[in-house]
Amino acid sequence: MAMSRDEIQQQVQEVLVEALGVDDDEVTTEATLMGDLGAESIDFLDIVFRLEKAFGIKIPREELFPAEDLMNDSELIHNGKLTEKGLAELRDKMPHTDLSEFEKDPDINKMGDLFTVNAIINYVENKLNAA
Amino acid sequence: MRWIWIDKFIQFESGKQAISLKNVTLAEEHLHDHFPGFPVMPESLCIEAMAQTAGILVGEAKKFQEKVILAKIKKAVFFDYVKPGDTIKLEAKIESIAPEAAGTSGRITCSDKLVAEIDLMFSHIDQNLAGKEFPEENFVFGSDTSVFQSLLRDVLASTGKESE
Repeated sequence: MAMSRDEIQQQVQEVLVEALGVDDDEVTTEATLMGDLGAESIDFLDIVFRLEKAFGIKIPREELFPAEDLMNDSELIHNGKLTEKGLAELRDKMPHTDLSEFEKDPDINKMGDLFTVNAIINYVENKLNAA
Repeated sequence: MRWIWIDKFIQFESGKQAISLKNVTLAEEHLHDHFPGFPVMPESLCIEAMAQTAGILVGEAKKFQEKVILAKIKKAVFFDYVKPGDTIKLEAKIESIAPEAAGTSGRITCSDKLVAEIDLMFSHIDQNLAGKEFPEENFVFGSDTSVFQSLLRDVLASTGKESE
């Protein structure tokens, strides 16, 4: 049976509460994983593993959190900002995320803010619908 | 020399699960201070014992080629004290494993009584941290694997017998 968006949201929230040791009222849909919820790099993997279990899906890591791949490519990043090519790459890799605000000032330090609770819910929803 | 905090494995299923034992003795000096007149194994050292059990399990899954580092204690809940004279049994299970990392779950028991539940995450650091470089030498599982062989002596012996 297909899961409703509310059910997905609830599961995602549970995963984040467990993985990051935060309270459930902190996990709003707009909350950013790094800024608001204090996630570190290993937490992203923890979240990926937990989502795979909770939803019975397989998540290639670069699909949900593609930032690290981009960081290492000088063609995609110049002077701490994403180049046009880098942005195109990011759009391509993060179809589940709204990038319009970020595009105005594609500072890599703000890239962490792209990973919101909402982005994860979108990703899981797409993944479940595709299955 | 490496600091080994478990005594031996009694079960080892590659890439899946492993069980090790640790004997706790009053000859361990820290127990004299933790606490005077009431020696109990520090819970941090229970976590270390689980980290070694699960870490070797995770390392062996990739044939000891990765540098496996404890990255996160996902859960550590304690239900009972461990005292000198106790033999604790550490059961670790690989829940997830990816090129960059692995997640394990674990239980510590003493005479079948639950002592702790400890879930951990390990990072394969060469595959992580945005390409940061580490010494080429595997400082986690070095060329001298004899110490792991000795931990696995019973397990290796029994599989040897089966194949005979």
